[in-house]
Amino acid sequence: MPKMILNKETIAQLSKENQRLDGRGMLEYREPIQIETNISWTAEGSARVQIGETVVLAGVKMSLDKPYNDTPDEGGIMVNAELLPLSNPDYEPGPPGIKAVELARVTDRGIRESKAIDLKKLCLQPGEKAWFVTIDIITLNDAGNLFDASTLAALAALKSARFPVADPATGAIDYRQKTEERLPLLKEPVGVTVCKINGNFLVDPSSEEEQAYDARLSVASDDKGAISAIQKGGDAPLSIEEVSQMIDIALDKAKFLRKILSKELGKNQK
Amino acid sequence: MDYLPGDNTYREDEKIYSKVLGLVGLSGRVIRVTPLSGPYIPRVGDKIIGKVIDITMSGWRVDTETAYSALLNVKDATTRYIKKEEDLSKLIAVGDYVIVKIINVTSQNLIDLSMKEPGLFPIKGGRVIRINNQKVPRVIGKQGSMITLIKNKTNCEITVGQNGVIWIRGTSENELLAVRAIKLVEERSHQEGLTEKMEKFLDENLKAEVASS
Repeated sequence: MPKMILNKETIAQLSKENQRLDGRGMLEYREPIQIETNISWTAEGSARVQIGETVVLAGVKMSLDKPYNDTPDEGGIMVNAELLPLSNPDYEPGPPGIKAVELARVTDRGIRESKAIDLKKLCLQPGEKAWFVTIDIITLNDAGNLFDASTLAALAALKSARFPVADPATGAIDYRQKTEERLPLLKEPVGVTVCKINGNFLVDPSSEEEQAYDARLSVASDDKGAISAIQKGGDAPLSIEEVSQMIDIALDKAKFLRKILSKELGKNQK
Repeated sequence: MDYLPGDNTYREDEKIYSKVLGLVGLSGRVIRVTPLSGPYIPRVGDKIIGKVIDITMSGWRVDTETAYSALLNVKDATTRYIKKEEDLSKLIAVGDYVIVKIINVTSQNLIDLSMKEPGLFPIKGGRVIRINNQKVPRVIGKQGSMITLIKNKTNCEITVGQNGVIWIRGTSENELLAVRAIKLVEERSHQEGLTEKMEKFLDENLKAEVASS
C-alpha cells in the first residue's frame, strides 16, 4: 500500500504567506459539509458526516444498567472510536491505538463536560436502573480533521436518537420498536480543531496538513460559547495569547458548523 | 490465426483473451490491451520520482512505489568525490523526494537508480502528487504535447515520473491549476481530443484568475 505523500516544507512555507496547499483560505472548511441522520435501522440514533473527503459514521445505542455507585441517580455515556483500516493506509486492524483513543476521548469530553445530556433524567430507579448511552464512532475515510467530523457526527446522532421500547417491570428492551421520546439534550457541543503551522492558524486540516502542523488545539463549545473541553496536540508549545486567539477562531467556526448542522437536520426532517 | 496476442493478452485455442480490464487496441494483426489500473512495473531507462526512506553505507534506499527495493548508490548520485566518513544525509536526507532514472533491474527485481543525468536531482520546494501510473502516457501526451501545454499555460516546472509521481513547482495558484489539469487528464484519459479540451480548460481558468485578481 503506498504511503501518503507529504509536502511538509511547502505547506509550512505557504502557511507563512497565509496560503494553503489546496488553495483554501486559512479559516475555510472543505466543501461539501453534509450531515445525514437515521442511516442505521439497528441503532437508536445514527449519523453520517462528511467534511470534504472525510467521512465519519456515528451510532448511538441505549441500554438499561445499574448506575455507578458514586452517582446512583444518574445514567451514563460512553464513547468509542474505531479507525477502520480501509479509511487510511496507516491504520491497522486490532486494538485501538493512541489516535483512536484520543479521538474517542476528545469526542467524549466535549459531550460529558458540557453536561450536554441530562444524566439525571436517564435514571429510572436510583441505584437500580438507568439508561446508558453508547456512542460509536467509525471512520469511513480519513482525509484529515477526524476530530471535528466525529464531534459533529456524535451530536447529530444524539439529536436523532429515540429511546427503544422498554418494559419498566422486567427491564427488557425491545430494540425493534422505537418510542417518540428523545434524549434529554441540554446543550449542543461542537468541536473545532485549530492548527498552528509556521506561526499561522488554520482550521479543518487535510491529511497532509495534519502531518505538518506544529501544534493543534481542539476546542469544544456549546451554543452559548461556553467552552467544555480543550485538547492540545503536537510538539510545539503555545503561548497564552496564541491559545486565546485559537479559541476565538474555534468559537467563531463552531457557530458556522452549528448553522450547517441545523440546516442539514432540517433537510432530513422534510 | 488472423490476429496475434500482444501486451496483456494471451491465446487459448482459437481465441485471444485479455489478462486485465482495459481498453483494447489493434495495430496491424497484433491485439493489445491498455490496462485501466495496475502496479508500476520498473523498466530500465524510466525516469521516476521516489522518496528516500533510508541511508545505507553506500547510498540511499528509495521508495519508488513499486513492490521492489530500489537503491541509489553514492557513485550514481553525484560526480563529486565523497569522502569515506562524509554524512550522506547532508546531501539527501530521509524523506526527501528525488528525480532518478532506473539504470538496472536485476533478475531478483532489485532496482538500481542513477541521478547523474541532467534533469535528475533531489526535489526542493513545489509539491508532489500521485496519479494512476497507467495514465502517465496520457498526461505526457504524444511527443509530450499534453505536458508541454500544461507547462506553458501554467508557467510551472513539471516532472512526470513513470511511476505516477509528479512534481510541480511554480506560484501556488499556478501549481493548483496544474494539479487540477493533471487530475482532469487522469480522469478523462480515454476521451478523444483531450489536448484541445485541456487547452480550453486552462485558458478559461487563467482568464478567471486574471479577472479575480
